[in-house]
Amino acid sequence: MKNKHEVWVFIEIRRQSIAEVSFELLSKGRKLADRLNGELKAVIIGHELKKLAEKTFTYGADEVLLVDHPNLRLYNTLPYSRVMNMLVKKYEPRIVLFGATFIGRDLAPRVASYTKSGLTADCTDLQISDVTYLKKEYPELLLQIRPAFGGNIVATIITPDTKVQMATVREGVMEMHPVEKPAKIKISEIPFEPDPVDDLVKIIEQHQEDKKINLKTAPIIVAGGYGMGSKENFKLLHQLAQTIGGEVGGSRAAVDAGFVEHERQVGQTGVTVRPKLYIAVGISGAIQHRAGMQESNKIIAINTDPDAPIFGVCHYGIVGDATEVIPKFIQAYKEKLK
Amino acid sequence: MSYRVLVLVKQVPDTSNISGDVMKPDGTVNRSKLPAVFNPEDKVALELALQLKDNYGVHVSAITMGPPKASDILRECLYMGVDQVFLVTDRKFAGADTLATSYVLSSAITKLGPFDLVLAGRQAIDGDTAQVGPQTAEKLNWPQITYVEQIEKLDKNKITVRRKIDNGFERLTGTMPLLLTVIKDAGVPRPFRAKRVMAFKNAKTLSELEAMAAENSLLYIDQLQAEFRDNGLYIETLTTDDLDVEIARCGLAGSPTKVHAIESVVLAGGEHIKVEPSREGLGLLVEQLMKDHIFG
Repeated sequence: MKNKHEVWVFIEIRRQSIAEVSFELLSKGRKLADRLNGELKAVIIGHELKKLAEKTFTYGADEVLLVDHPNLRLYNTLPYSRVMNMLVKKYEPRIVLFGATFIGRDLAPRVASYTKSGLTADCTDLQISDVTYLKKEYPELLLQIRPAFGGNIVATIITPDTKVQMATVREGVMEMHPVEKPAKIKISEIPFEPDPVDDLVKIIEQHQEDKKINLKTAPIIVAGGYGMGSKENFKLLHQLAQTIGGEVGGSRAAVDAGFVEHERQVGQTGVTVRPKLYIAVGISGAIQHRAGMQESNKIIAINTDPDAPIFGVCHYGIVGDATEVIPKFIQAYKEKLK
Repeated sequence: MSYRVLVLVKQVPDTSNISGDVMKPDGTVNRSKLPAVFNPEDKVALELALQLKDNYGVHVSAITMGPPKASDILRECLYMGVDQVFLVTDRKFAGADTLATSYVLSSAITKLGPFDLVLAGRQAIDGDTAQVGPQTAEKLNWPQITYVEQIEKLDKNKITVRRKIDNGFERLTGTMPLLLTVIKDAGVPRPFRAKRVMAFKNAKTLSELEAMAAENSLLYIDQLQAEFRDNGLYIETLTTDDLDVEIARCGLAGSPTKVHAIESVVLAGGEHIKVEPSREGLGLLVEQLMKDHIFG
């Protein structure tokens, strides 16, 4: 087996810049590669990205595999998956990581299917460990850890018998940090041959806006759950957020119930946040939610149910009804910070 | 000639309503305690297919892979207006991950085809992986469009759709055959039609007919099958015998992903400061947060 110690990160390009999740994955990938005594490679597909590619070295890449062609300017499933299929099949990296984004979740399963690799979606942690599975020893496997089954269990998934181990990870889950000594820039360009199949699906129009709501950078988040009861009651959270200078977030159940927009969803299938203060109101605290907020500096939980799991991760717990507690909270804040 | 559309549907445990007795003491899930439901986004995919039937006169089929009991959702498909349904079931398919599932489904699609369009929900609520759609497309060597929020038109072997992307959308035109995965916002599933419920409530799969024959010595399985088929009430059932599949690539054996460990999420009673929901209590909390330089 050649190059068995390579860790690859698929670099996602949005409007000619690198998505943050790709830097987060590079940071994690660097650790995995060190653990394997291996190399971290960034795979970049697109057009006119050479300058941009250099940024990946700041986050730990040892080498960039660059596929640059005018036809690749916008993400399109078939040409991109053709490129990834070819590269993964040829070099057989040990690990390939993708962001669990619209692009990553479109591309990764196709590549995994083509290369018959195992793929685990939406991992919340990745580790390397020797594993004994069905009485066989497997050295240095990738442990792909994710909540499962409505968040009642945390499963560790392995792909012991495939050469390539693949995983997707949500934006914000891994911390990104630049490396102290970036490697010398090494960009390997890989030729691209257009193929008629690439045109089977054509993009006629694309609209992409800047993020209106950026929960990840908000210092304070006031998040509501299904326990808020209605969209009307959610207005209280907006009032509180406005008063104390925060953003409003929501649990998946609150988003599904239509109380709050999807862009504000915190948790495994939403955004992962680490604010200075997280106020969880009417949120029971399923693990998918906690996965997205438990590293907050301080957590206040407000819930009518004293046994709600959210009280297990909070620093301050208030048992009470949100419609009564929130107005008092706003009042107390105004009085103290006059 | 009308287009042939196939919808991939799945019966899933209702993970949105997990109560205490669903979790066993050892931390594993007692699936039998969970109600089985029609995966919500698959139902939306079905709705879009039925809209294509209303607007363009396409022929709509639905297929599911699962245990015999998954026939429940196939009957629901018939109640909503689907023309034909298929059950893919075999013990050898059990324990399949997304790769093994898409392998079997693509084999069934090839066998039952040709289809012009395959629709599926973006993801199922029991796994949330969103992988079976793209992997089935790859196995068929078809193009795919995921996260579809609207089908705009069907015209001369091409379909135009709008799909969601990060902070926006794009419009695309795809040449059929094509696989689409559909998000929840794409439509509202239509209710069952009373007339169709009456017509199809007795539709049966092979194993359901076998059960009938076993209970009544006057009935013979071959004759039952022929009779139900003649009356349009036979749910076509496909097993490993009917499909051109390698057993080693099916079910648990054909699944590269393995569950290594499962940890139940039982929260230890974490230490925290209890705050009284009174004006005084909240006042003290605000003061504490000011001291911590979070407020002010």
